[in-house]
Amino acid sequence: MTAAIEALGLGKRYGRRWALSDCTLSIPAGRVTGLVGPNGAGKTTLINLATGMLAPTTGSITVLGSKPASGPEQLAKVGYVAQDTPTYAGLTVEDHLRFGAHMNPGWDAALAHKRMSQLGIDPKQKAGKLSGGQRAQLALTLAIAKRPELLILDEPIASLDPLARREFLQVLMETTAEHEISVVMSSHLVADLERVTDYLIVLMSSRVQVTGDIDELLATHYLLSGARRDPAALPAGQQVISARHTDRQSTILVRSTEPILDPTWSVSQLDLEDLVLAYMGNTTASVETGHKIMEEQR
Amino acid sequence: MIEFHLDGRSGVAPYLQLIQQVRQSLRLGLLREGDQLPTVKDVSGLLAINPNTVLKAYRELEYEGLAAARPGVGTFVTKTLSSDSIAAYTELSLDLEGWLSKARAAGLDDESIGAIFQRTIRTAVQEEAL
Repeated sequence: MTAAIEALGLGKRYGRRWALSDCTLSIPAGRVTGLVGPNGAGKTTLINLATGMLAPTTGSITVLGSKPASGPEQLAKVGYVAQDTPTYAGLTVEDHLRFGAHMNPGWDAALAHKRMSQLGIDPKQKAGKLSGGQRAQLALTLAIAKRPELLILDEPIASLDPLARREFLQVLMETTAEHEISVVMSSHLVADLERVTDYLIVLMSSRVQVTGDIDELLATHYLLSGARRDPAALPAGQQVISARHTDRQSTILVRSTEPILDPTWSVSQLDLEDLVLAYMGNTTASVETGHKIMEEQR
Repeated sequence: MIEFHLDGRSGVAPYLQLIQQVRQSLRLGLLREGDQLPTVKDVSGLLAINPNTVLKAYRELEYEGLAAARPGVGTFVTKTLSSDSIAAYTELSLDLEGWLSKARAAGLDDESIGAIFQRTIRTAVQEEAL
């Protein structure tokens, strides 16, 4: 199967600053991928490269097997919802749908109208008068009704209240299941993505820190704690992600495809949020044991 | 038709929660052979979860022989957990009550009892896997 997005040595520079550098990844089709990282990590840059709104400085990117925005056919395959789900404030909901129908050859008018009536959105309403949640739903409907193979969403729910967030994700997941589309969505909040995504990309300081199937990532990371020792002395198959020490104790996060057999470690596994935070170089919540842990800079 | 729910604080993976709820409904007689499970689309939409999570749960149920997919129609229950097993439950829970009073007499508190229970299950599972 063709990958949804494939990048090789991809980079984007603004003046002297690299917004994204040396990004190599392959996102399989049919997955819901979470693109996670703090603000300014390069999430939007990667998304803009994938939608063809930016051209790479180095490397290459292909989306569903072709160069982004390389022609009408390619454009029709990718749905995109920009940050803060923008709409035209002066146009009515109906105008938006008509606009969508004119711009997209594969437009599914029945689906668009059904969505709007299910959500109780009045077609005569001006988009500027919609609530934040309704506006987000309108933007999502426009992207879905073009019947794309891949849907790219940039921080779609960051500005929504919890109820609107849930409703947005419900529609997104229902559509994903019904039309078997691939989804890539960015967020700086892992909690938003935990149940909806099954594939993960962590971006930090313009670089990809980790990428992979979430179940597989969770199954291969172990938090080891025990008497103090040198992380360099661990078996070769155990890749150290982070290590912290007190004068007596070591707490080490390792990635290993083999189970941890050393009985002197107390072994626990992480949840998605802890895993992401570890790769962002933060202290993981589960390591906080109430003791004061001195961090050692390695 | 049953409706799924998710407990966000349980720490149990969502796909396992779905499986457990189907098994539980079977045991309680809420689901019987021939009943349809909610479609992947409906479950994903209702719970706002990844469709692959639902598929994974349904595949596992198929593997256990509790459900079968009919392409284009949906997933259906293929087994009724009979009243025999409900009778067995009563007997087993009586056994367990007896064991519990022994454990309490030996001075174990709830946490220690839980620990023994968890450990024994885990050891048994590991031995089965070998």
